[in-house]
Amino acid sequence: MSFSPDSQPLITLRGVRKSFGAYEVLRGIDMDIRKGEVVAIIGPSGSGKSTILRTINGLTPINAGTIAVGEIMVSDPKLDQVKLRHRVGMVFQQYNLFPHKSVLENVAMAPIQVLKQPRPQVEERARKLLAEMRLPDKAGAYPGELSGGQQQRVAIARALCMEPEVILFDEVTAALDPEMVKEVLAAVRKVAEDGMTCILVTHEMGFAREAADHVYFTDRGVIVEHAPPAEFFTRASDARTKEFLSKVL
Amino acid sequence: MPHLVTQVLEWMPFVLNGFGLNILMSLLAIVAGTAMGTFLGLGQISRLRLVGVPSRIATQLFRNAPWLVLLFYCIFLMPYQIRVAGQVIVLPSWLRATIGFSFPVAANFSEIVRGAVISVPSGQWEAAQALGYGRKATLFRIILPQCIARMIPPWMNLYALLLTATPLSVIVGVEEALGRTQAAVQAQSDSSVLIPMYLALLGMFFFYTWPINRLSLVLERRFRTK
Repeated sequence: MSFSPDSQPLITLRGVRKSFGAYEVLRGIDMDIRKGEVVAIIGPSGSGKSTILRTINGLTPINAGTIAVGEIMVSDPKLDQVKLRHRVGMVFQQYNLFPHKSVLENVAMAPIQVLKQPRPQVEERARKLLAEMRLPDKAGAYPGELSGGQQQRVAIARALCMEPEVILFDEVTAALDPEMVKEVLAAVRKVAEDGMTCILVTHEMGFAREAADHVYFTDRGVIVEHAPPAEFFTRASDARTKEFLSKVL
Repeated sequence: MPHLVTQVLEWMPFVLNGFGLNILMSLLAIVAGTAMGTFLGLGQISRLRLVGVPSRIATQLFRNAPWLVLLFYCIFLMPYQIRVAGQVIVLPSWLRATIGFSFPVAANFSEIVRGAVISVPSGQWEAAQALGYGRKATLFRIILPQCIARMIPPWMNLYALLLTATPLSVIVGVEEALGRTQAAVQAQSDSSVLIPMYLALLGMFFFYTWPINRLSLVLERRFRTK
């Protein structure tokens, strides 16, 4: 779509391993993601999809391997957390909006408090983003007054307001009622079409097929195969991928 | 019967004066205890062992000790007067008792703070972290503001408990409502005044504490449904 396949990758994972106690969740993950690319990670539950996302913005520290976002080494123990989180935004399955803050404050507070940007400028940007998320009249509302789909769109606006280069979407529609899935997917799609680099963990196969430039399939902590969606969904080569696809499609 | 009522009423200003001291002690102790308890509670969730371990020990120690024993400690271990910048300040026994009460209040409030902080879903910490907030900024800007509403009902309960514990100070010679009731009963040659006098004392505590308990129940219900 909007990325050039030959450019330098923006995000690189090499041999990433992660264990929780004796259980090895990630057993050597390699990925290259270019600027503007939309990547979908799919796979059975417990295969480590969400953990991959969480290692990219440093929420989950890794045991071995390297992760680089631009020139930032995420796996470096002396990592500048603020710098990384400025570049990598995240949207969660459970939205995780701050319930004691209004919608506008939820969207604007981090750029003001963490990035020390001037309030009027940030609030103007936040209002614009809320309008783009089709929530222009909800700025003064509190998260508890909104539907799940509306809350998730606020969470997307909150991630965008940090002006990141990449946004990680962690099963953003999994907690939603079916009638709200569409509106949130439309919002994600808009973010992707505006040129944002997006990494999505998703169970929405139709969405992965339409919106992604590249699909990764994970199983038991490894990437089994990856390909552009047209190829992936029609000519999957690995037996595990075939089995998974036969279950979900 | 009317004779008894007039007798009790005659003593009421005297006893109510003492009850004023119960209220004063409870108010000072809740303020001091809440302040100390806030530090202890935040200390308990600290990741620094040097802060966390002493805070947890102090909390457990003062929370599991009988209030009366702590009271005795404060009354007998604390000096009767202190010298600050050449000035001699006398610490009356009611003030020392107040300090004694503030220790168990601090320990209980410490647990209220810790409980409120861990009751906030971990997703709030993660979302804040993903937006670049450090641990301290997350705690003060995002977690604690959500805790205050949750802490109010147990805090009011703690205050009601504290007030009903203040008559313990009669044992160490504080002239509060219970002490004054005892004195009044003894001063009266007629022993039939005993029961109505103590009833009046119970009434005082009840009508002061009951509305507080009702209010905390109402608040608890409101915060739960949210």
